[in-house]
Parts: sequence; structure tokens; C-alpha cells
Amino acid sequence: MADPMRIRAQASGGKATVRVLMSHEMETGQRRDAAGKLVPAWFIQDVTASLNGKPVMTAEWGPAVSKNPFLQFTIKGAKAGDKVSITWKDNKGETRTDEATVS
Amino acid sequence: MSTRRETLEQGAVLAGLLAAAGYPQYALAFNKNAFEAKTVQEAIRAVGGSALVESKEVTLTGPDIAENGAVVPLGVSTNLSGVRDLLILVEKNPNVLVAMFKVNDAIDASFMTRAKMGQSSDVFAVAIMNDGRALFSKKEVKVTLGGCGG
Repeated sequence: MADPMRIRAQASGGKATVRVLMSHEMETGQRRDAAGKLVPAWFIQDVTASLNGKPVMTAEWGPAVSKNPFLQFTIKGAKAGDKVSITWKDNKGETRTDEATVS
Repeated sequence: MSTRRETLEQGAVLAGLLAAAGYPQYALAFNKNAFEAKTVQEAIRAVGGSALVESKEVTLTGPDIAENGAVVPLGVSTNLSGVRDLLILVEKNPNVLVAMFKVNDAIDASFMTRAKMGQSSDVFAVAIMNDGRALFSKKEVKVTLGGCGG
């Protein structure tokens, strides 16, 4: 199981800025190991976010997103106390969901 | 006239087929063609966009010089309405498309992430409109240290 995400969501002016730091290798599939064999690609493909259980954001990523990916976006109409949950799914089918409260 | 047993069996077969078909369909949600595209044009076509038009309404934020190509902070945003997707592409990466964000009413059309860049390259921010138009802005980012394990 992958490590938890670090999520910060701050409300200001009727919007909430959400910053997420995920923990993932994000292997491109272009790199070779010491024996010269290609390291298979392993990266987050889908990222979704929901506010109080309602989906608000979806994104698709390729292997060119950095290791331990960072994501920032803004949810309209979110206020302090709302719950933001982020889910990612990688190309091996592994998935992780974490939740944070807007402050 | 089919017996009850036959009907049940057909139902089970159908359910099996649906389950089998369901998985690849879910996998298709990930636009593989777009992420395997080797050129910006190809990637735009794979997500259903037409010819690229430069636009000042699409903003790309990124550094002029990235010291470490493994973590280049890139952002894309727009004030336009009727935007379907926002894309970040790095022209000289082996696969140009970095990330694709779906835009909807619940969020601002503004995203930031970090990307890997193999070498100095033009970075494209592309907004795919609901009618398929592809508006872009680009910026050259110089990389002093490659990000692809080099």
C-alpha cells in the first residue's frame, strides 16, 4: 500500500485552494536498470477529487508527471469544514484515497 | 419457448459478458493514444481537438530555466468559458502529453503540477474547447539537468 497523500485545503473568498502531494514512484518506462533492462512504467493514470462526496475534478496523467506528484487546483464554493477527498489510480490498478477538511 | 433454466443460463452468460466488457471499458477512460503521442499535433488530435491556434487567453506558468528536469513546476489556466480540457505538453519529451485536466463548473480552470523534462523544450498549455477548437500558449523552458534518469 502506498503512503498516504498530504492534502491541504484552504478556503478564501468563497473558493478553496487544494494542494496535494502524493507518494508515488512515477516510473516512466524509459529508464534502464543496472542490468540494462527497461524498468516497466508505473505511474498514476487517473486522479479524481470530490467535495463532500460529490465529484468535482478529474484528471488523466502520463508518466511525465514528476515522482511524488504535486497537484494544485481550486474548488469553487467550498468553505471551511467541507471534506475534500482525493483518489488516484495507477496503471497497475492500485488505488488510494485520502481525505482532508477545508480550513 | 425457453424453459426457466435456459433463461437463467442466458442471463448468467450475459452478466458474464457484461462483466468482461466492463473492465476494458473502464480502462478506456484513460486516453492511451493521447499519452503515447509523439508530437503535440498527434496528442491534440487524440483528445479530439482540431488545429492549434495561439491564444492569449490561455496561460502557462513555468520557470524560464529549470535546474532539475525531474521536477519542473508547470501550471495551466484560462479565463475562457466553454473549455473542456486543459492539457500540459512538453514538446521534446518521448511522449509529449504530461497531464490532462477536465474542466467543469465546480472548479477554477487553473491547475498546477510538476513535470519531468528530458531536455530544454517548448512547453505547451492547450485548452480544448467544447467545440473542439484547440487554443494554446507556449513557453520555452531551459533544463540544465535532464529528468529522465540521464
